[in-house]
Amino acid sequence: MTDDHVEALSLNAITKRFGELTANDAVSFSVNKGEVVALLGENGAGKTTLMNILFGQYTADSGTVAVFGQTLPPGNSRAALDAGVGMVHQHFTLADNLTVQENITLGVRPLFSPRLARAAARAKIIDLSTKFHLVVSPDARVGSLTVGERQRVEILKALYRDVRILILDEPTAVLTPQETNDLFATLRLAIGEGLSIIFISHKLHEVMAIADRVVVLRHGKMTGRARTQDTDKRALAAMMMGAEANAPQVAPANPGPALLELHDVTTPNNASAPGLKSVSLALRAGQIIGLAGVSGNGQAAMADVVGGLGSPTGGHVALNGTRIQHWSPRAAVQNGIARIPEDRHKTGTIADFDLTENAILERYNTATFSRGGWLNWRKSRAFADAIIDKYDVRCPGADTPIRLLSGGNMQKLILGRVLEANPQIILANQPVRGLDIGAVNYVHSQLLAARDRGAAVLLISEDLDEVMALSDIIHVIANGRLSPAFGRGEMTPAQLGIWMAGQGFDEVVPHAT
Amino acid sequence: MEIIEILFTASFWAAAIRIASPLIFATLGELICERAGVLNLGIEGIMVAGAFAGWMAVYSGTGLWVGVGVAMLVGMLFGLLHSILTVPFGLSQHVVGLGVTLLATSSTYYAYRLALPEVTSPPKIEAFQPFEIPILSDIPLIGPALFSQTPFTYLAFVLVAVVAIVLYRTPLGLAVRAAGENPAAVAAQGLSVTAIRMAAVIVGSGFMAMGGAFLTMSAFDSFFFEMVNGRGWICIALVVFGSWRPGKALLGAVLFAAFDALQIRVQQTSLGALVPYQIFLMMPYILSIVALVAMSRRAEVPAALMVPFNKGER
Amino acid sequence: MKWCPMRLEPIKNPSLARSLLPPAIALGTTVIIATLLAMVAGANAFSVIGLILSGAFGSQFALLETLNRATPLIFTGLAVAVAFRAKFWNIGAEAQLYAGALLTVMLGTGVLPWPSIALLPTLAVFSILAGAVVLLIPALLKTRFGVDEVVTTLLLNFIFLLFISMLLEGPLKDPMGMGWPKSARLIDEARLPRLVEGLRLHWGFGLAILSAICIWIIQTRSTLGYEMRAVGLNKQAAAFAGIPVNLVIVKTALLSGGLAALAGFSEVAGVKASLSLDLSPGFGYTGIIVAMLALLHPLGVIIAALFVAGIFVGADSMSRAAGVPTYLADIMLATALLLMVLAIMLTRFRVVRD
Repeated sequence: MTDDHVEALSLNAITKRFGELTANDAVSFSVNKGEVVALLGENGAGKTTLMNILFGQYTADSGTVAVFGQTLPPGNSRAALDAGVGMVHQHFTLADNLTVQENITLGVRPLFSPRLARAAARAKIIDLSTKFHLVVSPDARVGSLTVGERQRVEILKALYRDVRILILDEPTAVLTPQETNDLFATLRLAIGEGLSIIFISHKLHEVMAIADRVVVLRHGKMTGRARTQDTDKRALAAMMMGAEANAPQVAPANPGPALLELHDVTTPNNASAPGLKSVSLALRAGQIIGLAGVSGNGQAAMADVVGGLGSPTGGHVALNGTRIQHWSPRAAVQNGIARIPEDRHKTGTIADFDLTENAILERYNTATFSRGGWLNWRKSRAFADAIIDKYDVRCPGADTPIRLLSGGNMQKLILGRVLEANPQIILANQPVRGLDIGAVNYVHSQLLAARDRGAAVLLISEDLDEVMALSDIIHVIANGRLSPAFGRGEMTPAQLGIWMAGQGFDEVVPHAT
Repeated sequence: MEIIEILFTASFWAAAIRIASPLIFATLGELICERAGVLNLGIEGIMVAGAFAGWMAVYSGTGLWVGVGVAMLVGMLFGLLHSILTVPFGLSQHVVGLGVTLLATSSTYYAYRLALPEVTSPPKIEAFQPFEIPILSDIPLIGPALFSQTPFTYLAFVLVAVVAIVLYRTPLGLAVRAAGENPAAVAAQGLSVTAIRMAAVIVGSGFMAMGGAFLTMSAFDSFFFEMVNGRGWICIALVVFGSWRPGKALLGAVLFAAFDALQIRVQQTSLGALVPYQIFLMMPYILSIVALVAMSRRAEVPAALMVPFNKGER
Repeated sequence: MKWCPMRLEPIKNPSLARSLLPPAIALGTTVIIATLLAMVAGANAFSVIGLILSGAFGSQFALLETLNRATPLIFTGLAVAVAFRAKFWNIGAEAQLYAGALLTVMLGTGVLPWPSIALLPTLAVFSILAGAVVLLIPALLKTRFGVDEVVTTLLLNFIFLLFISMLLEGPLKDPMGMGWPKSARLIDEARLPRLVEGLRLHWGFGLAILSAICIWIIQTRSTLGYEMRAVGLNKQAAAFAGIPVNLVIVKTALLSGGLAALAGFSEVAGVKASLSLDLSPGFGYTGIIVAMLALLHPLGVIIAALFVAGIFVGADSMSRAAGVPTYLADIMLATALLLMVLAIMLTRFRVVRD
């Protein structure tokens, strides 16, 4: 239900540069009242930057934003909020140690007002919660909520402030298919109440499902716009990625012996996520096993166990049939396990180290790179140069601080350093998160090539599409428990979604593959 | 046992409250800074500066409360310096804090030498006198201990209540706590993280200086070098011990001060004759370390303590 | 509410000029502030700086005094630089210095009647061990219990000094000291010889320079140095890669504590010949300034220590001549420290209007 005569929001020729990178290049579009506009583009296209400008977190170099005809003062989140613009960020902006109510009411009342008016606030939250089907308890500590519940808090934050334009940045990245449907239901209720919505995504099927119109961004420029009723996924994909994207071909698998086995492994829960609960799994040579699941269901525990950062408190891990006694990251590396960490900035690389120093991070103490406690920089440098060459790492040289590289090139260095050690087992944890399509395809082709050479690959990813495309075997992980194995093509996303939501576990007895 | 007897005298508890007072001010000050996410290691130097500034104002002829105000102002200035460097510029909070302590201490000593170049023994001022609250001060044991203190001590207790109320029951307090938990959440709600953190550090530093001023204007009546003697560092431990809560911090300060008062008195007893006095003097510092180890689970640390916030960082 | 309309943007490849300009401005500003403060004290602005310079470097006597004063500062500066590189905040160099001095006196006043060639290295080694052990306590508290080492090392300074005081009034008291809390004198074999015949400069200075070179080699070429840098820059990434973080922190602490202790050894065996409570006028704390001014670089520590020592020695002499309180030196150093940290950041980031 759109009201074509009332323009709720218009962006005019927005341009933003960060150093040499042009994140947004003269982008213009508008949203009418009661409309859902999808902002489509792959990672790095400039969608989040554009919305951050709209929301006042960044200031545009040129161009203006107008809400219901009034131009917004740039770089002022307060003004944006007061004008009725609300944003649900991709990475939630919530304080874990505060309650839901405290997070929602933060900054709403004037800073020097003497009271918090808690009773009235609570009533309003409950009222909104019921009206929009966003079930959450106002007194719960945010740190104890699931990812889906936290998103509800983020949406309530915006609704509490009586926003008229709601921006959602990749909201379904962390949801099960069922939760995604619930979200869309909530959004339709919001439209019914007169809100306008901007929905940022790179998922074509969702955009077609929920949006009235689509605006496509690529490399900072607007490359197309359409009404969803007038277009289809292929046309949108072409606008989003230029030519047809070349996804790597997947040959049929030829699984060999089990290289790494988990036998009834249990690990302790920690503050933010559950541990593994009696998990049994076998990683076989020449096979990709994909672990699908909503973020925070035990993926980190699995990655820690396989990667050597955690030891089981129950059950055991076996390598090539032999039970492991002393487990550590160093032992994992020495036993031929390649680990691609979830966060290349936080755990994968050391920002101020150069490429050479980062290349030898896992093996600096081996005979190849050092002797008797003294490093051989010549050999280390040669190793780094070899990686840069073979894996096409774009950089000024091996002595460049790695923080100057783009995300994709950083990931290539990480890939290179682990794959050059001829690993038997590869643990790939969110390997393509935040990368552009070119880098994504490159990483996927390397993983497939490794599989074809006989390595066992464990792929952990929150992107169900990725898991389904690459994996020979899929397991779903929910609350630390593993589903049975599903072969390639055996399950639809909806069926997997049921397992991801935690159902299905009690009807079937899980058995090891 | 002599120790038990000591614990039941009113004069002991009165001394404990008096010793606790500077600690209460400074601990509250550090608590405010850390709740907003900033570690303020300038506390030791700011206490020295406050001790001198307040005393000097009174020595130059102003009233006692004006002196307290001057001390607070001096503390706030050092807080401004600290917060400019650590908040918008995001410099290391450890290094800046130590630098501020050094600067505050050395400029205080310099100013003292300039102001009073020829003194051999420190001059005295008319310090705060105990004010007995009618009726309440007649209660046995508690009366003389709690209600026969100087007005400066009463201010400390009032401040504990004020800080607790502001922190937990006002929008400003919520914003401060959120800044120390997740500054991104604060920015997303349209508030300025920079302003909140700087204000917290400035106000907190003002309190710290008042704690220093208590030493020269209430506990004693003159200023001498090495007066603060590590109290600032002890207060950092007390903030942890009090789980970053004003009420618990007050309890911690009093407990600590009681122990300090006890060791002074034990020195006079038969036990005191056997043990070298240095052992007794060591006790407050050892106790602080023990307190830190005991609280080491630290589940309640503000999550964004010492994490600088860079708006728009890619 | 837009309160602070600025943002920090990283500079890709800072030119050499850009790298050197801010520290130079920082030091220049320090000098300006010092002259202003001196004027407040009633002295002539230009003569103050002149007096400091001549007091520090203007004569052979002054120069030797500066080098002597720099010796312990090189040791404590190295100690702090090594620790800070691994993000281990060792503020307790003072206690570690006294630990080294303590062992020197315990073993060097006649207990071991050995010739110098055997005695001096022995004293040095035991000093290093003592300093290492003293810093080991806060290091273990950090790795086992997660207790922040800033406060524990600080508090340990107070505790250890009281401990020394207790020993000096008790078992270590000099029987011929006329009641003053001081230890007995070192035997001649325990005294560090002169570096050059006839000059009042002892081998402690040579040892300090050698230590700085050794640390530099360790940091740039050894696996331990690599581990220390990795842990200091990104503990999580280091742990993920398999570096034994806690062990590295402990090794760093041992190295750092040992270096600080050598300052104590050097002062007792080279200068004072006995231990009393005024052995160190805060060398441990000043080492922090030296380390920061040196940007944590071992060879830079030598230059920074000479600079800081010069300021102190010059200020002493200037104070006697011009009547300005010596605390001016401390103010200058504190200012230099703060401005230096700001300057370092400005070489790497640009302030951008948002």
